[in-house]
Amino acid sequence: MPKNRVAITGMGIISSIGTTVEANLHALLNSQKGIAPIVNINTRHKNEIKVGEVLQTNAELAKSLHLNENHNYSRTALLGCIAAQQAVKHANIDTIDAFRTGLISATSVGGMDLTEKHFQNYNAESLKLINSHHAADSTEKIAALLGITDFTSTISTACSSAANAIMLGARLIKSGQLDRVIVGGTDGLAKFTINGFKTLMILSDTDCTPFDANRKGLNLGEAAAYLVLESDAVVKQDNKTVLGYLAGYGNANDAFHQTASSENGEGAFLAMSKALKVAELNPEDINYINAHGTATPNNDLSEGKAIKRIYGDSVPDFSSTKAFTGHTLAAAGAIEAVYSILALQNDVMFPNLNFKTAIPELSMVPITEVTKKPLNYVLSNSFGFGGNCSTLIFSKN
Amino acid sequence: MKPCYINSAVSISAQDTLDNSNFLENTISFEGQLAKAIHPNYKLFISPIASRRMATGVKMGIAAAKKALELAELETPDAIITGTGIGCIEDSEKFLNAILDNDEEFLTPTSFIQSTHNTVGAQIALTLKCKGYNVTYVQGAASFESAVLDGQLLLHENEAKTVLVGGTDELGKYLINDIILAETAEKQPITTPFGEGAHFFSLSQSKQNKSFAAIKGIKIFNKATTETINIKVEDFLKDHDLTTEDIDAIVLGKNGDTFDELYQTLQYSSFKSIPQLHYKHLCGEFFTASAFGFWTAANIIKHQYIPEVLKLNTIKKSNYKNILLYNQLKGQQHSFTLLTSC
Repeated sequence: MPKNRVAITGMGIISSIGTTVEANLHALLNSQKGIAPIVNINTRHKNEIKVGEVLQTNAELAKSLHLNENHNYSRTALLGCIAAQQAVKHANIDTIDAFRTGLISATSVGGMDLTEKHFQNYNAESLKLINSHHAADSTEKIAALLGITDFTSTISTACSSAANAIMLGARLIKSGQLDRVIVGGTDGLAKFTINGFKTLMILSDTDCTPFDANRKGLNLGEAAAYLVLESDAVVKQDNKTVLGYLAGYGNANDAFHQTASSENGEGAFLAMSKALKVAELNPEDINYINAHGTATPNNDLSEGKAIKRIYGDSVPDFSSTKAFTGHTLAAAGAIEAVYSILALQNDVMFPNLNFKTAIPELSMVPITEVTKKPLNYVLSNSFGFGGNCSTLIFSKN
Repeated sequence: MKPCYINSAVSISAQDTLDNSNFLENTISFEGQLAKAIHPNYKLFISPIASRRMATGVKMGIAAAKKALELAELETPDAIITGTGIGCIEDSEKFLNAILDNDEEFLTPTSFIQSTHNTVGAQIALTLKCKGYNVTYVQGAASFESAVLDGQLLLHENEAKTVLVGGTDELGKYLINDIILAETAEKQPITTPFGEGAHFFSLSQSKQNKSFAAIKGIKIFNKATTETINIKVEDFLKDHDLTTEDIDAIVLGKNGDTFDELYQTLQYSSFKSIPQLHYKHLCGEFFTASAFGFWTAANIIKHQYIPEVLKLNTIKKSNYKNILLYNQLKGQQHSFTLLTSC
């Protein structure tokens, strides 16, 4: 058994399919997607896109955090605080600094939703909001809420961000730098990202269809999720309930194009290979792959090819859960980490909704129904702009 | 963690720092609120076609990264780790302006694509065809330190033999004006100008011919007060089997605002009898300005000499072996970095 295992002892999540871990599991098991027309943002594109939106307004989210009305929390910070607080509660942590505890959060949009409101229009309100723009602001607010005074950092590698945050947390525990780390990611929807993906022409005008031959693009989503990672020593000392372990991780760069993935999925292939090596596993040990599967023509083909480079024609059961939540950008790796742990805990694989026809070049058919099966190892992929590719492997024991 | 070695240190800043033959000899002082970077001839580093589309930060980053590899005589590092506080603000502003001016119509993707925080790290990987580990940190004033810490950890874990680490921030054109207005409204605002720059360093697991300093340790923490900062620094040094007596110079990220009291606490107590240095009057304040401080400390160890313009007191030492850096911004994103001769 590898030394210095990294245990997962708590999880928190808020997404378009639920505001708690239990609600997310319920939706996953009942094929209840969270994709719908946008409500909280007044965008010109509202009739052309569908999104995975958290339905609570900022005011409602702020109220649940007991913030006063004059707060300067971005939507990213609000979502992050809610999910991180849940994770710490779930892990039964009373005294956060009883151990060396860090926080590593991921975000891509940061406080852009607030900047959109005051940019080009400096006023008294800007004074309050200006420091909420940069990406570390949401992390600082989560740290303050949780009382974390030690190592705190923020990662932004586009859509692979949260996977990298989880990876760094694990490495800091394994190397003995920290005893406990809260890791994850948060991204709120903003006009900035909606319009950005719109110009790239990769937004679907209907429910996204990952790994389908006729996929039309992605649905954007918003969410936050955090895991509590703890060392073996903390688990033993506090007699913690372990939900699962982070067994392996890999990070590589596709070095192909700023936004597009390479045709043979080189970065994805390297990330998966490294993760298997760190976990000291053979490819066939993986029981289920929670794929990145954004439903863009480029990603799904490239990711599928990378999976085939590892598995040939014996691809394990796989699915993308993006048709439930939409693509939640920097949070995606953490959302899918929670789903991977839920899969292990319940010995169940979640369906790849809306799939009809296999991509001809791949002939890969995902799991399309809720499927029970004993699971020991789940592999989760997260890839982003800039060629950033990351893979995490979760284990039951 | 095991120490790692610095084989090159490159700075593009508001001073003439890219030219390695001169260590802060003829520095510029600033009258206004901005300290813009002195740009090299980018044609030496980037093809003119690629360069035309690139924002200031990306160009500075690629140039500094390439120069750092060239000086270290390293073709491709095993990992590329970057930090940026404000990210690609020029392209973010361009895209935001376009959204607001045209009410979400007639947009083109280029500025959006280049607005993501990992653009610099990605472009360096793309230029070098480097498929290794690649991460971008965006932890405000501890963005660069996060990158260095990750780099040291990778080398310690034996996941890499060589790592390129750096920090990049650009001023941008719009948000900075609002930041300055907001800062001016503070009781005791930042008195240094606001700056920009790119700093890259080639690190290795083992000592090489080019190695001229080592990173002994780095610590990032979220909170400290004038009451706790002395204990924090003593604990940090103890982790590396050192005491405050072993430190030959301290490099402080002073910017003139009310949070300078944290630096002053160290100046008046633990480190009162050693050379005390500052640098943000030279490079300006920006999220990765501390990388300029890091560059300065590495060069002091290399040259065994402290340029006058950095000095906060008149104390001299015969030998500069251990140099400690302390930086924070607005009482957040604190970091200690310990460099040593090798």
